[in-house]
Amino acid sequence: MSISLSNISKKFGQFSALEHINLDIPEGELVALLGPSGCGKTTLLRIIAGLEKADAGRISLSGEDKTEQHVSHRGIGFVFQHYALFRHMTVFENVAFGLRVKNHKTRPSEAIIRQKVHALLELVQLDWLHDRFPDQLSGGQRQRIALARALAVEPSVLLLDEPFGALDASVRKDLRQWLRNLHHNLNVTSIFVTHDQEEAMEVASQVVVLNHGRIEQQGAPSDIYDHPANAFVSNFIGQTNIFDLDGEGNAWLQTAGLSMAQVQGKIAHVRPHDIVIEKTKVDSDTWVTLKDWQHLGALIRVELVNNGTTGQSAPVYAEMSNDQFRRLQLHKGDKVNLRIRHAHWFH
Amino acid sequence: MNTIAQPNMALREPIHPNTLHDPVWVKGSLIAIAIGFILLFLCLPLGLVLFQAFSKGLTAYWTALTQADTVSAIQLTLITALVTVPLNTVFGVAAAWAITRFEFLGKSVLTTLIDLPFSVSPIISGLVFVLLFGAQGWFGEWLSDQGVKIIFAIPGIMLATLFVTFPFVARQLIPLMQEMGSEEEEAALSLGASGWKTFWLVTLPNIKWGLLYGVLLCNARAMGEFGAVSVVSGHIRGLTNTLPLHVEVSYNDYDVVGAFAGASILAGLAIVTLVLKTALEWKQHRT
Repeated sequence: MSISLSNISKKFGQFSALEHINLDIPEGELVALLGPSGCGKTTLLRIIAGLEKADAGRISLSGEDKTEQHVSHRGIGFVFQHYALFRHMTVFENVAFGLRVKNHKTRPSEAIIRQKVHALLELVQLDWLHDRFPDQLSGGQRQRIALARALAVEPSVLLLDEPFGALDASVRKDLRQWLRNLHHNLNVTSIFVTHDQEEAMEVASQVVVLNHGRIEQQGAPSDIYDHPANAFVSNFIGQTNIFDLDGEGNAWLQTAGLSMAQVQGKIAHVRPHDIVIEKTKVDSDTWVTLKDWQHLGALIRVELVNNGTTGQSAPVYAEMSNDQFRRLQLHKGDKVNLRIRHAHWFH
Repeated sequence: MNTIAQPNMALREPIHPNTLHDPVWVKGSLIAIAIGFILLFLCLPLGLVLFQAFSKGLTAYWTALTQADTVSAIQLTLITALVTVPLNTVFGVAAAWAITRFEFLGKSVLTTLIDLPFSVSPIISGLVFVLLFGAQGWFGEWLSDQGVKIIFAIPGIMLATLFVTFPFVARQLIPLMQEMGSEEEEAALSLGASGWKTFWLVTLPNIKWGLLYGVLLCNARAMGEFGAVSVVSGHIRGLTNTLPLHVEVSYNDYDVVGAFAGASILAGLAIVTLVLKTALEWKQHRT
């Protein structure tokens, strides 16, 4: 089901959590609401669910206005950050809850409830835990039960609040992939909230970047990474080196051989992999020093400092493959030349 | 058994004995003082109550308990509890719900006001109702015109008890519901449950032990309240005497066996309450 938000605003006292949010989500997408904490992403999710009321604006699902509809009638599935499983019910009863509370006209028979709950538990691969209580489960298991419970009522939209936030790093990695596959199979329009840009890039088909209650950019992960709309997005998504032409950035850019003709703004953002390093030729007078390097697995990150400045400025980071690093035979303290392959310019 | 309960368990463990290096005589005398105090001020009076109640034999005890005024006092006490405890259970749950689930103007004032019956002297609690409904009170004339009697009658006793016992349930539930948060309720709503079903299926099972605990304390106070009830009751034998009032009246009439027979029932109630309270506390910590 498609989701359409128009002009949503929300204030908590004096604090403006959301300002004039307009957002259209086509059917079947898996969307990440991404932003730093306090940017309003969870509030927006709760407003879509009907758990929170917007001060202004309309929400429609599949073109139908749902702004005034109570949360219990919206037909959304909501997965809470801390799962919110009913602690006094077994896993089975948790998943069956949404079916059991239907009014007697629409409530399925006990046999169908049984069948459906077990099917959902199989889907999340936890049927063997059906008679356990929530406090006997691990975080990852609770997360999957919460998802099964939300799916039991066949929601038209699935909303997940920081679905991986409270999990161990390794469990998180597995669950991300799993959620992606699950979404692929079920194809229900889904929105999840996250502050982890890596998670958003990896899982989502569409990313919406929020900051201070406003949408900064919306698009496919690659779009957002390759064509950030502004400095905030560029800085928030992935690693980036920031060169402020009014400050010491100027010296860096000259060192990197960027002529003034190429300057297209006040601030240049350069991804670490867009900085190319070469060993200095003897007579070169525009070199920088390799201060340190770190092994990141497939990549090597190199820390560079500019001797042309006072030496107290923040270092610049470049990344290259292991192979390349080996070929250059670089050591700490080496003088190197750098070249900027590509920069994003902002004013 | 579960990962969440463990930190709490750890907190409740006593301080490690090895960290306390007090000399034996300090330890010994502290324990002796504590036990001596309990014996002198708790066990001795309780024993005396029973001793006095049975001082003229079992038959005298039984006669004292079955005389018309005593029976009527017991009945009135039970009826008062039967009316006020359910009412205060409903009020308490409603107040706890309002305070923990909604944001509204004057919420902190309300939270403070709930404790008022605890902080005000019971005599004042009683007097308030006399000033409102008594013959010279604000509504006194109008009420007597309507032929309704509140002060020196059963409705006054109910009102005073209701007032005095109001905080027990709410005070028990507010911290419990605050700690629990509203996520489970929101989850139930998002799954299509109505507010009513959410309360019965999700909220109530989570607060049931705390609620029972509050109800138990409320009941103990409703049955044992003396001060406020004494002011509004008028001490009419066989009509407006609750059990605690009956004990006082009997004692003033030098009916020692009658007074202590009544007191023994109140003492028995206290012991039952204590046992149930301990059981509920144990149950609450387990879940």
